[in-house]
Amino acid sequence: MTSRNTLSEDLMKGLVRENPIFMTLLGLCPALAVSNKVSSALGMGAAVAIVLIATNFLVSLLKDFIPGKVRTLAHVAIIATLSTIVNLLMHAYTPALFADLGLYAQLIAVNCIIIDRANSFARENSAGRSVVDALGMGIGFTLALTLIALLREVLGNGTITLFPVAGWNGTLIIPGLGAAPIKVLGMSAGAFLVFGYLKAMFNAYRMRKASGEGADIKSGQIA
Amino acid sequence: MTYIGIIITYTLVQNLVLVDLLGLYSYVNVTRRLDSAAGLGLAMVIVMSLAALLTWVIYHLVLLPLGITFLQILTFLLIIVGLVQILEMITKWSSGALHSSLGSYLPMLTVNCAVLGIALIAVNANYSAFESLFAGFSAGIGFLLVTVVMASIRERLDLEWIPKPFRGIPIAFVSAGLMAMAFLGFDTAFLRNLLG
Repeated sequence: MTSRNTLSEDLMKGLVRENPIFMTLLGLCPALAVSNKVSSALGMGAAVAIVLIATNFLVSLLKDFIPGKVRTLAHVAIIATLSTIVNLLMHAYTPALFADLGLYAQLIAVNCIIIDRANSFARENSAGRSVVDALGMGIGFTLALTLIALLREVLGNGTITLFPVAGWNGTLIIPGLGAAPIKVLGMSAGAFLVFGYLKAMFNAYRMRKASGEGADIKSGQIA
Repeated sequence: MTYIGIIITYTLVQNLVLVDLLGLYSYVNVTRRLDSAAGLGLAMVIVMSLAALLTWVIYHLVLLPLGITFLQILTFLLIIVGLVQILEMITKWSSGALHSSLGSYLPMLTVNCAVLGIALIAVNANYSAFESLFAGFSAGIGFLLVTVVMASIRERLDLEWIPKPFRGIPIAFVSAGLMAMAFLGFDTAFLRNLLG
């Protein structure tokens, strides 16, 4: 019973409470840039989730064999190898997505969330729990990035780009928005603005919840 | 590209933070105070210049001749980790002042997407060794510029009344967004007019 509770806890904490983008900001580094198209955000999320799960699995299996002195180096080597594998697979099987992600596909290797989970969770927990933790974090990361991408693409371009399936080119055009879109939201400035406003929304929600429970409100800031 | 072109491109037109959105985590964490922003920015200038040069050497003298360029992420990351370790040792040996001003920011650069980013950008752009060094240096200067300006803005914002949910990270991001909009002025047309 208790083990089941901790497993679901491991999974759910990545979705909201420790969301890698909105709460801990760890997934932000080389990911926010690809949030200009929904398809790129979904692809980036999937790629990061795969590397994250494989890294957590390997690190938790190898935790007794890696000496403390070279731990960072060993983790970096594991993550770089796995992200190289994912890069080669993406290049071979999803070339369009790989071209869209460009430099950022290679930068998955330095995504802070992967290094953080390897260092703070997989290093101390069993392989099963580490994989579940990585799955939760991966889903939370993908959902948050897709939310940002959805706002940026709908308002900034009037479209929603998904993946082409059998004859359909994969692009939904929102009527009425395409004629006069807010172009700046599709640029890098838009990524900062949309993230800033969404983060403020999350903070407001958390503060309302905290005051409802009678807990003291901090200054609305974590991290 | 000319050296002046490289400098203007990577400090202003293609600023790593504001245009490529790299190094955001260290960027939001050090810009609470001006001195830490300047410290990280200076460390970034040194590490980026050396990283761009070293990765050029390894890429063109080892990876390319052997035909193993698919290993570039792994080798580049290991080079950067080693480089940062060596720089940390040097600052520890040399003097207390250098260590206290730069030493505490070096560990943040071990696994930093901006450092790996400029190394990959320089390799992808097919620069010569000196052009890579210049690109790394100017990207570092661009990072220093943006962190110092941002830290000044945030120190000023501390004195203003800000709605509670916006305090801290959100207002920093909205300000960065406005700054990024201002940086849109430095585009290729600007570059072409300036250089004739």
